[in-house]
Amino acid sequence: MSGTELTVIWAGIIAFAVVVYVIMDGFDLGIGILFPNFKVGTDRDTAMNSIAPVWDGNETWLVLGGGGLLAAFPLAYAIILPALYAPLIAMLLGLVLRGVAFEFRWRDPSHRARWDFAFTAGSVIATFAQGITLGALLQGITVEGRAYAGGWWEWLTPFSLLTGFALLAGYALLGCCWLIWKTEGPLQRQCYSYAGRLGILLLIAIAIVSIATPFLEEEYYSRWLAYPGIIATAQIPLATLVISVLFFRSLSKRQEAAPFFYALGLFGLCLVGLAVSMWPDVIPGRITIWEAAAPYESQMFMLIGAGIMVPVILAYTAWAYWVFRGKVGSDGYH
Amino acid sequence: MIENDLAINLARAQFAFTISFHFLFPAFTIGIASYLAVLEGLWLKTDNGVYANLYRYWLKIFAVVFAMGVVSGIVMSYQFGTNWSVFSDKAGPIIGPLMAYEVLTAFFLEAGFLGVMLFGINKVGRKLHFVATLAVAIGTFISAFWILSVNSWMQTPVGFAINEVGQYVPAAGWWDIIWNPSFHYRLVHTVLAAYLTTAFAVGAVGAWHLLKDKTNPGARKMFSMAMWMAALVAPTQIFMGDLHGLNTLEHQPAKVMAMEGHYESHPDGAPLILFGIPNSKEKRVDYAIEIPKASSLILKHDLNAPLAGLDTIPDEDEPPVGIVFWSFRIMVGLGFAMLGIGLWSLLARSRKKLYEWPLLHRAALVMGPSGFIAVLAGWVTTEVGRQPFTIYGLLRTSESAAPLDAPAVAASLLAFVVVYFIVFGAGIVYIFKLASKTPEAHEPTPDDAPIRSAGITPAAAVLEGDHEEGATT
Repeated sequence: MSGTELTVIWAGIIAFAVVVYVIMDGFDLGIGILFPNFKVGTDRDTAMNSIAPVWDGNETWLVLGGGGLLAAFPLAYAIILPALYAPLIAMLLGLVLRGVAFEFRWRDPSHRARWDFAFTAGSVIATFAQGITLGALLQGITVEGRAYAGGWWEWLTPFSLLTGFALLAGYALLGCCWLIWKTEGPLQRQCYSYAGRLGILLLIAIAIVSIATPFLEEEYYSRWLAYPGIIATAQIPLATLVISVLFFRSLSKRQEAAPFFYALGLFGLCLVGLAVSMWPDVIPGRITIWEAAAPYESQMFMLIGAGIMVPVILAYTAWAYWVFRGKVGSDGYH
Repeated sequence: MIENDLAINLARAQFAFTISFHFLFPAFTIGIASYLAVLEGLWLKTDNGVYANLYRYWLKIFAVVFAMGVVSGIVMSYQFGTNWSVFSDKAGPIIGPLMAYEVLTAFFLEAGFLGVMLFGINKVGRKLHFVATLAVAIGTFISAFWILSVNSWMQTPVGFAINEVGQYVPAAGWWDIIWNPSFHYRLVHTVLAAYLTTAFAVGAVGAWHLLKDKTNPGARKMFSMAMWMAALVAPTQIFMGDLHGLNTLEHQPAKVMAMEGHYESHPDGAPLILFGIPNSKEKRVDYAIEIPKASSLILKHDLNAPLAGLDTIPDEDEPPVGIVFWSFRIMVGLGFAMLGIGLWSLLARSRKKLYEWPLLHRAALVMGPSGFIAVLAGWVTTEVGRQPFTIYGLLRTSESAAPLDAPAVAASLLAFVVVYFIVFGAGIVYIFKLASKTPEAHEPTPDDAPIRSAGITPAAAVLEGDHEEGATT
């Protein structure tokens, strides 16, 4: 295998890690975002219980994404992370608050409300920060040589705030649909009513982001809107439309698992769109994946490990989810 | 350049702060995870309920510590990039893959099975649950393996070449890079340190409950197990620490010189300076209390062996002596105190008085935090001792930092300090609360918590005896 191909494979693996993270921690964070709307008591406990056994494994995909970026594309890691300093620090602190809230909530029932607040605040901050990161990456980072050369606030623009809000809506939708699947009774009914509205909110956000993106960079414009590429890229909004229709139908038919998977489908299409905009750059418009790539020996050494371990990880992760299958109660699993 | 220095020093302070907090947690969870595996294994083998109850008792504490370890750990993995981006760019090709392996083989393993371990006691069979506990314990060890290999490579870098853009790229087999010269010693020393830290924490909790009621079976069992660990591991650790020091002398002589306070070379036997105040301006140790030639004895096994001092090292390559000198002494002092407790417990055991000597229990109680202090002191010794380099002898810390302005780093440092003190402070309070609860005959599992926190009024809870405040036990 040539170095060029190996690098493409690694770009795929990092993208895969990001996708899996978004799917799995998306619904964890989404439940955190929606949390204040759930009734104190069994509803909140049930919502927590639906993710308590799996949140840590879900969050680990973020570490794989970051660590993988360092290992496979060290130049990209070294430029992107300082460029997005404030949102990333905010994200990390949000994740600290969210993560400990799982445990502390049980440990201190007299201050449960405080840790519920931490759970939501942490989830909202982490999600918003991730959305800003996405937008900031798309809109462009100032690079000079091998380093970030912009100021503190380059990441902060109307576009990145927009993507921040879009992700809040997206994760909230995932969280909502997860609860539809895993709960029953009043909590589930509450989530059905939210899902429709969140779905609309997300689609509006996606539409605005999609319209704004081609105007960020010349390259995006020519990829998305210029003929003949537009024949291929137009499939994405079309597919989004189809999935949306199916999503709303599954809600009205009170299907329990389908809404979650349709919501994932929407996310998947967004991520495909992101890939269309970015390929083959890791820092759009500035650094290609090959320019950022670690040497062949490094990427190959890791590929062997990843090739063996990722299927193993997916297998035992699936097993863990299967152990906790079925509807969640407020008094643990039965 | 002052602006630059301030930004770098703030970044160093932030890294030191976040890594110190972070390390407290795996220092504990590596030990408890293995302890839990031992307890569950003994329970499966002997069917003795004491083990099952101790398992559930410590499982609740483990859950809290582990969560804090995870969230503080993610901070580290991103901080290499946010604040030390030049280091990440240059060293990424070598340390990146090692850390990727840590994620792939350790983090996912612990995280993946943690859910079953904490919440699956009533959902999977006993043997399968034990597999989950083992997986988490093994995961913590594998994690230590990879990250210590990374740190060791930074201390004793081998197997690399420098490419045309200044990156350190692999130029030897990965085996040689992973098993770099200081790795074996650092790995054993750190893992033993984790076990010792846990032993003394468990011992202190056991002692606390013994002082209240020396007949409590859970307290007796945990105290006994902890004291066995102390008696066996403390001397082993002192021995391994010595070997680690000898290895450091060979590969990072400046660090040992700082540890010893040897500003000058000693051609016929260097003194062991027990205490003193290093004075880096005048290049001597003030108020020194020393044993002549003893340092040569320890480091070279020869009273008259010559030992080079910091006078052979250019000033700009010297680590901060005062910090390293004292952190080393704190660590070693605590190590010997641990040995003392271990021996004392053996004496008590031989007289069949292990549960009867309140003085021993009080001492064990006081020594509860000793492991935590010792590991921090040890890490300060090795990391500050590596300065002024991030990659020893090759890349300076001052050349490793990200291009961030001081106000940005000051703001993030402040944010970390505030959040960590509130969040981890609360966590530590909860751990103390859990540890102060008497080990009982039917310990609840962590997932009994939702039952108790949902809808039980304080009044009803008080009537239940030791389930005060409607709290979980």
